[in-house]
Amino acid sequence: MKKPRRSMLFIPGSNAAMLSTAFVYRPDSIMFDLEDAVALREKDSARLLVYHALQFQGYRGMETVVRINPLDTPFGLKDLDAAVRGGAAIIRLPKTDCAADVLRLEAEVDRIERECGREQGSTRLMAAIESASGVVNALAIATSSPRMDSIALAGFDYVVDMQTQRGDGIELFYARCSVLHAARFAKIDAFDVVFSDVNDDEGFLKEVALIKRLGFNGKSLINPRQIDLLHNAFAPTQDELHRAERIVEAAEKAEREGLGVVSLNGKMVDAPVVANAHRILELAKTSYSQN
Amino acid sequence: MNDSQRTVTLEDPCLEGLERFRDFAAHTPYLKGPEKLTRKLVDSLEAAVLRSGLKDGQTISFHHAFRDGDKTINYVVDVLARMGFQNLTLASSSLSNCHAPLIEHIKAGVISRIYTSGMRGNLARAISNGLMAEPIQVHSHGGRVHLIQSGELTLDVAFLGVSACDAFGNANGLRGKSRCGSLGYAMVDAQFARNVILLTEEIVPFPNSPASISQDQVDWIVQVEQVGDPSKISVGAARVTKNPRDLLVARLAADVIEHSGYFEQGFSLQTGSGGSSTAATRFLEHRMRRKGIKAAFALGGITGGIVDLFKKGLIEKVVDTQSFDADAAESLSQNPNHIEISTNEYANPSSKGAYCDRLDVVILGALEVDLDFNVNVITGSDGLMMGASGGHSDVAAAANLSIVVGPLIRGRIPTVVKRVTTLVTPGACVGVLVTDHGIAVNPNRPDVEARLRAAGLPVMTIQELYERAVSITGVPDPIEFLDRVVGIIRYRDGSVIDVVRQVKP
Amino acid sequence: MEITKEAICGTLESNDLLVKVAPRDELEVVISSAVMRQFGARIREVVEETLRKMEVSHGQIMIEDKGGLDCTIRARVQGAVLRGSECGELDWRVL
Repeated sequence: MKKPRRSMLFIPGSNAAMLSTAFVYRPDSIMFDLEDAVALREKDSARLLVYHALQFQGYRGMETVVRINPLDTPFGLKDLDAAVRGGAAIIRLPKTDCAADVLRLEAEVDRIERECGREQGSTRLMAAIESASGVVNALAIATSSPRMDSIALAGFDYVVDMQTQRGDGIELFYARCSVLHAARFAKIDAFDVVFSDVNDDEGFLKEVALIKRLGFNGKSLINPRQIDLLHNAFAPTQDELHRAERIVEAAEKAEREGLGVVSLNGKMVDAPVVANAHRILELAKTSYSQN
Repeated sequence: MNDSQRTVTLEDPCLEGLERFRDFAAHTPYLKGPEKLTRKLVDSLEAAVLRSGLKDGQTISFHHAFRDGDKTINYVVDVLARMGFQNLTLASSSLSNCHAPLIEHIKAGVISRIYTSGMRGNLARAISNGLMAEPIQVHSHGGRVHLIQSGELTLDVAFLGVSACDAFGNANGLRGKSRCGSLGYAMVDAQFARNVILLTEEIVPFPNSPASISQDQVDWIVQVEQVGDPSKISVGAARVTKNPRDLLVARLAADVIEHSGYFEQGFSLQTGSGGSSTAATRFLEHRMRRKGIKAAFALGGITGGIVDLFKKGLIEKVVDTQSFDADAAESLSQNPNHIEISTNEYANPSSKGAYCDRLDVVILGALEVDLDFNVNVITGSDGLMMGASGGHSDVAAAANLSIVVGPLIRGRIPTVVKRVTTLVTPGACVGVLVTDHGIAVNPNRPDVEARLRAAGLPVMTIQELYERAVSITGVPDPIEFLDRVVGIIRYRDGSVIDVVRQVKP
Repeated sequence: MEITKEAICGTLESNDLLVKVAPRDELEVVISSAVMRQFGARIREVVEETLRKMEVSHGQIMIEDKGGLDCTIRARVQGAVLRGSECGELDWRVL
């Protein structure tokens, strides 16, 4: 069963203390940032911190993502070396505008995996959409490579490109839908934007409720406090849980009896519904407390 | 019948040894004089000291309600030094960073023995490094009262700083510039000291009420500039921490309380003053509302977090032996259900009734916890004394469930160790350890462990927590000590539970 | 690798360390740490191992540590040495 990917915690790659301790918050994924969070003068040192952090046993068992600098900067390729050789599960490419951006990244990752003896194809890619171009090309981006793991929307640069600002969410509506559809078509995951006001729990939860309804797999977070709030919001309700349990039970019964069709209360239950029920049970297992 | 003019000479064998009446004011001459109302007021501390009859080698005592803002101890000891006193025993309920000037007085021989529940900063470092010929005695809050009652600690003169009192010595901590809230520690000294000198910033109209320290306990009153620094006594409304690690631990602590088996209508609790403890009260609020229960009382060490729950009607009574912040002090002065108690009523094991005996759950801190759940709150990882025994061992012994909270690793130092450097609270008293990496339950509480596991909480063995810590930090090299003892840790019943030796230079 | 100029890497924040390197004829490693008694030996071990792998045989390396874990020590020492040397490209095999 696929592991849930509700929370992706951003950690500045230049912060040694955070790199040493952030795993205690147990987000579903952890993202070490070498791009916007790191000053130009520290790009080299952050790269080394992240390279070593990736091998730190605190992060064993946790999905690690590294946001590298764009490949057309003096830093991008070196970041990629550190990330792939360090063992990152996923490379997050900022400002992905078109499929060619992904292909260029893919070629470099191929090369580095060969050079360092890492299993070919083991490094996966996450495209961050931060512009109108990216949104419009989302489908091409999502289907550009077998290494594509997920597609993420990045709100700040996108609204600047769109000549507007962050507000109640309507300004992200099309972008969110576009990214979601691209993800679903390509059968990869979709992640929503960062909510930057860490003191506004109510606003955060409103946004989480919205993106959960839309169908996002998860969201980027910048403060560990947001993790529990997010996980609880994504946790299935008691009703959803009971329904899912009954569906899975019915499916197992059908399996045991050698029936090709699953039925519950006299109604036929489609395969996607059964799969979804499994997903809900899995989600419930990982959220033990309601806050 | 005798008339009033007659001089009476009473003779009878049965009157042998009894004093004959001379005058209505024979033993209270001040009743006839101008000093009837002002007899306790003394112009200077020196004069008060002379009147108290303090001698070399005797014991002077203080309270620590002003915490790091205290100005009383340094002022008094300075005066005593100038007066030429030597070999005094200093018995303060606790000592803080601000008491570093005592180092010089120790070197000069003014102070040769110390009883305290803890100390910090340069004073602590100096004593840990062998400043004193005799080791200091470290006791718990309740244990101090026991030592006094058992006769080991005789308080000859208590110097009690108060923000205000009247001309007869009725004092409380509720009003005045340096108001500190509960005078719980001072109440004990006022009760047991042979001589009580109040140092006060303000003389208020008679009678001052309520009288935490009563006029019938006070010998002399000296007015001084400052007994404490108001800006350091309490840090205003203690805001809930935003540190995500503290919040993580606080949330887990609240979860543990919720599933402890004691979380019922009318339960009682105590929380410490650390970041995780105060934050835990916020998480508890939600759980209490959800279950529809109220606490019968909260005990402590009272912070604004507890007062907040109290004001919201979730706690019936607040029982206060020390007000940690301005909110707590304010509430004490306003609310009849916010009660002041002395340390004797709080935690003395030989008191006829200690509040801590009635506690359900308590959240405590720790510097180190070992594989047997023993707790060290006195010595840091470098072997130097830096903390306070405080009420830790008192409440841990008495409460139904003691929950120790803290980060698994501080900097690069693991909190969970094989064996504590200094044993202050025995592991048998500690039920649960809550860290940011997970929860360990003492094997002597299988009931609690079963409940916490059933609730889906991240429970692991303390051995696993230890392994996790050292796998991250590496195993620390042990600190090397000399044979010389610099501190004696007294358990609450007066017995010696451990010693602190001098660190090898 | 050769240390040819003075360089600094790291910070004095908790859980981090500040590493200063300078050219010298011999190898001199000076360590001061907030956790000297408990981890001084281990810190030296990690620093010397890191320098060995980078083939740094002389230079002055001054460490001011505030409780950095082994992975942070390696990163900061490597960072300082790279900044203090002429070579631009990292040979990943030595890290």
